Formats: sequence, structure tokens, C-alpha cells
Amino acid sequence: MRHLMSPLDFSVEELDKLLDLAQDIEAHRGKYAHACEGKKLATLFYEPSTRTRLSHEAAMLNLGGSIMGFSSADSSSAAKGESVSDTIRTISCYADICAMRHPKEGAPMVACQHSSIPVINAGDGGHQHPTQTLTDLLTIRNLKGRLGNMTIGLCGDLKFGRTVHSLINALVRYEGISFILISPEELRLPEYIRHDVLDRNNIPYEEVVRLEEAMPNLDILYMTRVQKERFFNEEDYVRMKDFYILDKAKMKLAPEDMYVLHPLPRVNEISVEVDDDPRAAYFRQVQYGVYVRMALILTLLDIHIG
Amino acid sequence: MVKNTLNVGRISEGFVLDHIEAGKSMEIYKYLHLDKLDCCVAIIKNAKSSKMGKKDIMKIECPIDFMDLDILGFIDHNITVNIIEDGEIISKKPLALPKEIRNVIKCRNPRCITSIEQGLDQIFVLTDEENQIYRCKYCEEKYRRH
Repeated sequence: MRHLMSPLDFSVEELDKLLDLAQDIEAHRGKYAHACEGKKLATLFYEPSTRTRLSHEAAMLNLGGSIMGFSSADSSSAAKGESVSDTIRTISCYADICAMRHPKEGAPMVACQHSSIPVINAGDGGHQHPTQTLTDLLTIRNLKGRLGNMTIGLCGDLKFGRTVHSLINALVRYEGISFILISPEELRLPEYIRHDVLDRNNIPYEEVVRLEEAMPNLDILYMTRVQKERFFNEEDYVRMKDFYILDKAKMKLAPEDMYVLHPLPRVNEISVEVDDDPRAAYFRQVQYGVYVRMALILTLLDIHIG
Repeated sequence: MVKNTLNVGRISEGFVLDHIEAGKSMEIYKYLHLDKLDCCVAIIKNAKSSKMGKKDIMKIECPIDFMDLDILGFIDHNITVNIIEDGEIISKKPLALPKEIRNVIKCRNPRCITSIEQGLDQIFVLTDEENQIYRCKYCEEKYRRH
């Protein structure tokens, strides 16, 4: 039985197969409409997350399965002090697969050690969010037709942004990848990722502060939100949150075939005037998130549709 | 008798841990869970050493298959581990960094599941041998010694 704890749980070959399946699902949705009939997905969300929970639920419903679960710790036995290991042993008796989001880092890992059903890590604190990374990879591959030989611009909060860290880890496994890291000095990519991941894999990268400087050289621009909860004082947050605002004027500097991605939700780092630009791909990214989660559920349940 | 010298008798079977950094022996006593073992243990603190100036020495009398000493590689790989049988040193155990450390050190990340989940083993995994880096199995936080 397999679980998904980190995007690196899949080899490049396994990932290719998963993304191929997601593409086939997109092209032939009807073929998969009953693939999970009689199967149940439990969404165990110990903290609120609209997008990730609904995306998992939509994926299972699209496959003809059913869903159950809770959307905050208050409405689960965790409020009574139940451990993660006891909860998952119980849920294993009810459902066929589960997606877990938990504020504590490593909680889904504890769950998979005691589970008799596949566990999907749907986000554990600031640690991992592998289904977002799968979503990002599928989006990039579908838009650009490849995952290698491109320059990715990562912009915003590169210090705390777990989606950025996971995406870097996943992309360095492909040929010809280079990065432009766009951030204010205070939110630079942590040294351990620059050293342990980029330098160790001989990945070319440059760090810039101005977004305008990077725009003409990008194949993908991955924008991130500056998260209020990461700052200890309001003043720093206010100063940082408006540091980057992608607008029409900046989009003019970018190549015609560059795409903008964002894990969402956005606040004001992408102006709404950019939404109509054909290169704005962040809402398509949400749709790809459903397809890739459908492919993931099928893969973890070992269901094959001919 | 030489002045300021303390003699501790030979052991017939067990281990002599030599070249322990002065003052570290109680730490090792704790890491090896020696308080829970019913065996004879001698701790010599601040013994004179030509190489180190001062050092600690520990003598543990127990069957040699009784104890897992791999953790010493994590604590201090300069320690010399002499294996004793019939009162003689029969070999020296080479120390290497253990691949995994279980229930010896604790994750200090307050956001880690180990901070709230009852009965969960504290497990650290060697992720970078060259730089001697251990990370928590659950949250992957790097263990910092100080």
C-alpha cells in the first residue's frame, strides 16, 4: 500500500505516469466517471482549507466515489484529545482512502504508520503540501509541453513559502532547469535550500529583487502570497505584502509564451487586471489540481481503467 | 602509589570507553540508559591524559552483546571503545554515525507532531553524513546540538 507524504515519494518515471493519467482524465472524463464507485474518501482536516479539501472531494466525486470527513479539529475527536494514530485506526474502518491536513508537521506521517488505507498528505503545517506540487507540475507540463529546459521565476515569500520549496525540490530532477529567485532581502530562499538542493544539483540560479528585471527571461512566473501569520510584527508584514504587485505593465515585459501560476489564494500580489491575460494560468491551475488528485486517488487505490 | 591517581579494578567482560571528553561521561550514562541496567558501571571523571589533558573513562561490566553502542558515534566519534573478554581487550569497536537515532534526542520544533502525539518514538535520521546532519523523521527539522 502506498501513501503520499512528499512530492519526492514518486520517482520521475512514476510522476510521468501519474501526470499522463491526469492528462487522460482531462481528455476523457466520462471514462473515469465510475472508476471509484463504492469507494469512500475521508477528508480529515484539522484546520480549515477550502480549496484543498474541496479539490480532493471534487476529485473523488468525479470518479463516482463518495466522501466523508471533518473540516476543523473542533468538529473531530481531536477536540476530546484523541491522538492522530487512534483517529486513523478508526477512519481506516470507515473509508478506503483519506486526505489529511494537520497544523502539526509530520502528522500525516504518523497517520500512515498506523493506517490500513492510503493516506494523502494534504498539508502539514509549514512542512509539505505534495498535492499542490503535483498540481503545479501538471500545470507546467500541460501549458509548456515539458518539465525540463526552462527558466522558472519564483516571486514573493521564498523564505516561508512551502509550495516554493517543494516545487524546487521536484523540478531539480529535470534536465535544463534554472531559477530566478525574486524576493526582498528579508524573504530570500533559505540557505539550506540554496546549498543542499540548488548548489548540490548544480542548478543555475540568480537572485534578484526587482520583478521587472526577471520578466523578459522567464518561461514560468510562480507568484506567492506573503503570509501574514509568518510575521511577528504588523509593520514588517505591511511593508512586505505590497512589495510585488504583478500588473499589466509588468506583463508587457514578459514573453508571449510565459505563464503565471499562483497556488492561491491571492491577496493583492496579482492585480485583477491581469486575470484576462491569456498567460494568467492560476485558475486553470485550480482545475488541473482536480485532475491530478483524481489521478492520485486512482494510483493509490491501484485502480486501472483500460 | 602515585599521588592523585584513582584506581578502578579490571572488568572481566564488557566495555571500557576511553578518551571521552572530560565532563561528558554523565551524558553518555544517560544516552546509554545505564540507569536502567543492572550492571556494574564505573565512571572516572577528569582523568589525566597525555593526549587530551583531561578525559573521562567509563567501565561497563556486562555481556558484550548486551548493549548497542552505535549511539556513541553520534555523541562523540573520538571515543575509543575497548571490548573486554576474560579481562583482556579483545577488540576495539570502530564508531560510525548511526543511520537512525531512536528515543535519545528530542525534536525541539514546537510545530512538530512529536510535541503532542502521545507514545510516539522520537526518531532522527542521518540525512547528510559528511556534515553529520540528523533530521526529525516527522517534521525534517535539523537537530541542533546547542
